[in-house]
Amino acid sequence: MRFERREHRSLTLVIATPILAIIAALALSGILIAIAGAPVLEAYWRILKGAYGSRLSTTETLTRATPLMLTGLAAAVAFRARLWNIGAEGQLYIGAIAVAAASSHLLGGLPASIQIPALLVIGALAGMVLLLIPLWLRLRFSVDEVVTTLLLNFVAVLFVSMLIDTVLKDPTAFGWPQSQSVADAAMLPKLLSRSRLHLGLAIAVVLAFLLHVIQSRTVFGMQSHAAGLNPAGAVFAGVPLGRTLVIVACMSGGLAGLAGAVEVMGVKGYVTTDLSPGYGYSGIVVAMLANLNPLGVVLAALFTATMFVGADGMSRAMGIPSYIADVTVALSLLTMLVALFFTQYRIRR
Amino acid sequence: MSAIADIIASAGLWAAVLRIATPLILGTLGALLCERAGVLNLGIEGIMTFGAMIGWLSVYNGADLWTGLMIAALAGGLFGGLHALLTVTLGLSQHVSGLGVTLFASSFSYYVFRLLVPVAGTPPTITPFQPIAIPGLSNLPFLGPAFFSQTPPTYLAIALALLLAYMLFRTPLGLAIRMTGENPHAAEAQGINPMAIRYGAVMTGSALMGMAGAFLTLSAFNSFFPTMVQGRGWICIALVVFASWRPGRALIGALLFALFDGFQLRLQTALGGIVPYQLFLMIPYILSIAALAVMARRARVPQALMQPYRRGER
Repeated sequence: MRFERREHRSLTLVIATPILAIIAALALSGILIAIAGAPVLEAYWRILKGAYGSRLSTTETLTRATPLMLTGLAAAVAFRARLWNIGAEGQLYIGAIAVAAASSHLLGGLPASIQIPALLVIGALAGMVLLLIPLWLRLRFSVDEVVTTLLLNFVAVLFVSMLIDTVLKDPTAFGWPQSQSVADAAMLPKLLSRSRLHLGLAIAVVLAFLLHVIQSRTVFGMQSHAAGLNPAGAVFAGVPLGRTLVIVACMSGGLAGLAGAVEVMGVKGYVTTDLSPGYGYSGIVVAMLANLNPLGVVLAALFTATMFVGADGMSRAMGIPSYIADVTVALSLLTMLVALFFTQYRIRR
Repeated sequence: MSAIADIIASAGLWAAVLRIATPLILGTLGALLCERAGVLNLGIEGIMTFGAMIGWLSVYNGADLWTGLMIAALAGGLFGGLHALLTVTLGLSQHVSGLGVTLFASSFSYYVFRLLVPVAGTPPTITPFQPIAIPGLSNLPFLGPAFFSQTPPTYLAIALALLLAYMLFRTPLGLAIRMTGENPHAAEAQGINPMAIRYGAVMTGSALMGMAGAFLTLSAFNSFFPTMVQGRGWICIALVVFASWRPGRALIGALLFALFDGFQLRLQTALGGIVPYQLFLMIPYILSIAALAVMARRARVPQALMQPYRRGER
């Protein structure tokens, strides 16, 4: 048995790949649910109902999908240029704490129309800076950025933990380590009343479209893709590799920082060290499920949010640990990798 | 300054160094073996988590400690098989596959743990490995309590480092592994099967990672809790680069690293309240990044690392 590269990939195949991967992941997780002694189909039905069964749960799922879209875009942009940014989790936290610090100490008095855009930029800039460190280490010392971005995640969370324990500690939180709240004028407007759904969702979707245009219609989009496919060849063809990677890192780190900013300004209002239940890591899965396509990221983030929100309700009702959502999402990354392989190769005997 | 001198002069610090180093030694050796054959295994963090969970769970359900350790190694080997299937047979991106294995192995660990162990206020515990004093040597002043009163897995880890060094550089099998990591085409021309070598190296290396995790729950602590691996796997990946892919240097690197870690833990107690404790906790991660920056250019990377091997394809 050997593998042979496919000459042509049909559009049907490209669209069917993630769907088949998700079905395979659900089937594999189904085995785990069955082993736990629960009816599998009912469990999945309850997940679906938990995520979309009411107005409240639907808006909750969309709220949960918002940071996942942004971290998914962060991973997708970087991975396309083979910049392995696994540090979205840390960049998210740094973006979040930058926003909390800026609003509570600096910009709190400004009206919403100025403060909100300013804070979004600050959050994105903070995320950028955290990714530029590992990029610099890669370009200057040839250090693999996978490990450095992973390690910086821990540094970032500890840094945030230190700040909310000391200088940024909210004195009114009964000794609980949480940051001072952002000003009321810093809170993102709600998209729907009586829900937590906020402007962040619209921002994420618009950015996804924007990135799609940049990647498919601009010289920079082509250059960043070339840098990923074959760095040496790209240099030979006149692509400024270092500069391209710096811009990609700014976009990727910025998107992850924005995820943190939006989560603080849209949902929480303050920062704690459990602000993100692993949005940064889930973003990697989201990006891969979308095959690094920015528009696909929006849909993949919805799938992931559906699993997380739905599993909470299902878990309470059926006694299956809600970690099953994490398992399914992780499995869907592995099945997607295998599925992608078979869109590129066929089996020959 | 005298506080610092006191810390360094205490046998307790040096005993702690070996304890802290053990999971790092095992994990680094595992990652090193995989990489010597040409496969980066970022599954390490998840495999360590699963090893910690399954080793603990086995003992909690009545297995003896050594059986628990072996079950963790076996489970690690199986996850290694999954990583090898993705990266060796299918030749997929080693970065993404490894992260996938980590995400899957860690979430699967939490799922199994939550399913089988009911939620309780205080986590249930087991009786962990007890220190064994080596007769004679443990009676030496200072050195005895510092180095020769460890739990058995610590001695095992050091022995494995020496064994791996011997195997890699003094046996035909070691030559075949290194050749596969440098140039699988040349290895195949010599009648070596690079696929089989890579499967073997990744599965054995992952077994060591499973044991590294199990050491945490069976010797260093006595219970399992989520996120307990705390990035130790990623630190091991950095240590492999620091060690320039040599087991002896990996042993030294892990010990050096543990020395800093043990030192900062004691400094934290000495300076408690003055300096935020988070600053101390950052040190291991920043140290790893610094070590990478210093060593990355100097280290001799296996030339075929991260390159999938397909027969008859260049």
